[in-house]
Amino acid sequence: MIISAQKEFEEILRSLEQETTIFLVGCNGCAEACQTGGEKQILKMLELLEREGKTISGSLIVDFLCDKTLIKVKLKAYEAQIIKADSLLVMTCGIGVQATAAVVDKPVHPACNTINIGGSRGEWRGEERCAECGDCLLDFTGGICPLTACTKGLINGPCGGAANGKCEFEPEVRECGWQLIYERLQKLKQMDKLAIILDPKDYSKMQPPPYLRSTVMWSLEQIAEETPVK
Amino acid sequence: MSFKELLNSDKFLITAEIGPPKGVDIEPMLSKAMALKGKVDAINITDQQSSVMRLGSLAGCCILKREGMETIFQVTCRDRNRIALQSDLLSAFVLGLENVLCLTGDYVGLGDHPQAKGVFDLDSVSLLQAARQLEQGYDLAGNELTGKPCFCLGATVTPGADPLEPQLIKMDKKIKMGARFIQTQAVFDLCRFKSFMHNARRLNNRVKIMAGILLLTKAKMATYIDKNIPGIVVPPIFIDQLEASPEASTLKTGIEIAGQLIRQIHEEKVCDGVHIMAIGKEEMIPEILASAGF
Ligand code: SF4
Ligand code: SF4
Repeated sequence: MIISAQKEFEEILRSLEQETTIFLVGCNGCAEACQTGGEKQILKMLELLEREGKTISGSLIVDFLCDKTLIKVKLKAYEAQIIKADSLLVMTCGIGVQATAAVVDKPVHPACNTINIGGSRGEWRGEERCAECGDCLLDFTGGICPLTACTKGLINGPCGGAANGKCEFEPEVRECGWQLIYERLQKLKQMDKLAIILDPKDYSKMQPPPYLRSTVMWSLEQIAEETPVK
Repeated sequence: MSFKELLNSDKFLITAEIGPPKGVDIEPMLSKAMALKGKVDAINITDQQSSVMRLGSLAGCCILKREGMETIFQVTCRDRNRIALQSDLLSAFVLGLENVLCLTGDYVGLGDHPQAKGVFDLDSVSLLQAARQLEQGYDLAGNELTGKPCFCLGATVTPGADPLEPQLIKMDKKIKMGARFIQTQAVFDLCRFKSFMHNARRLNNRVKIMAGILLLTKAKMATYIDKNIPGIVVPPIFIDQLEASPEASTLKTGIEIAGQLIRQIHEEKVCDGVHIMAIGKEEMIPEILASAGF
């Protein structure tokens, strides 16, 4: 679940200054859940923009806007309306905006800010968050991620800042992740894990492998390299 | 004798910390430090304490060193990644600073630049590991160095933490990674601190542990600390003493409380020394020491 929040309407309006005809895009996934880009918000945005003198050439809500293939097919059916529009306003997370921008030849504007402190990515809607660190430590920490549960992402135990099980930063809302880990390990009778000294994290592991990062040009280069020059 | 040599002696160790200026007027820092010359074994210069941006610890230590004082360079993991941290350790060594206190650092949101990105690429344990690896002639990535630095490493602990066990386990990790001295978070409740010392000694009886002594200036401050600072309990008797003393002499009462704590720690050999924190009132440190009998 990716958390997004709508930008101030004034900011959205400023970004659309140069344009009069807009196509709206929403998402029935996380953006709907966050009430930033579901049907209700699209209708509201339509009303607000029309009040400001804009023409809305059409709108579309995709089930998961992060699915590029899906958007491509869906948008195809709205081709005429999109061609009429000067730009698209996308009311989802940054991934949805980028995905849309990748498949249409029109300016694409984000209507939301993607909020992801502590890494709340992935489909799981519980407290458990993953920062996609590429080298999972859950085995050492009782299945609680130290990178996201601890405000500082500490991996070798708590700082000295916790009080009553709360974090030194925003104790009203933040549990101390290391207190949770400590309690869990106690429950699991795995206190010995707390004494293991973990090496500094290898953040290069957060990079996806080259083939996942590949562009068409990259693939062509690979093929060219494989073909021996005669 | 250098601080490092003193760690091998039986001397009751006394250190104090001074916050560098927010700006470039180094005069107050320097005069506060000069007043401590010959009275303390080393002076810590804090590293952006409470996440408030100031002059750096490295510069502060260098200035004091130039005046012939022994310093402790404080390094937190909050503002620098492993490249900058290792580089600063090397810089410290070539500038003649060998004592280094390795800390995690407060969260950025607590300071005066809450917009900043908290780094925490390393933690206090891996920062010690990095320093040790540099001493062995390699950086964290395993690349060879030209010439080897040599440090005298220290770390911190919160002896009043509840639960204490994870703190002790982490302290043990820091000792295993080369910490030779420990400066603790402020201590007021000696009974509780003694039980911490008992546990700490069971883990390791060679590391030098110095109890943190925080100067209380007002009853209001004492109550605030008691309520808001994690791991610090101020016994009601101290708060009462401060409340009972007339407005003009609360500072004097605070000095007496600090002095009395130091005296008791020294006489009862509770631990190996004290680390005095008189935030914003560092000029009072000589008086605290005098009231403790030093
Ligand atoms: S340790 Fe890494 S991979 Fe495992 S949950 Fe945390 S961020 Fe995700
Ligand atoms: S108080 Fe706990 S959660 Fe907060 S930074 Fe320290 S160890 Fe992490």
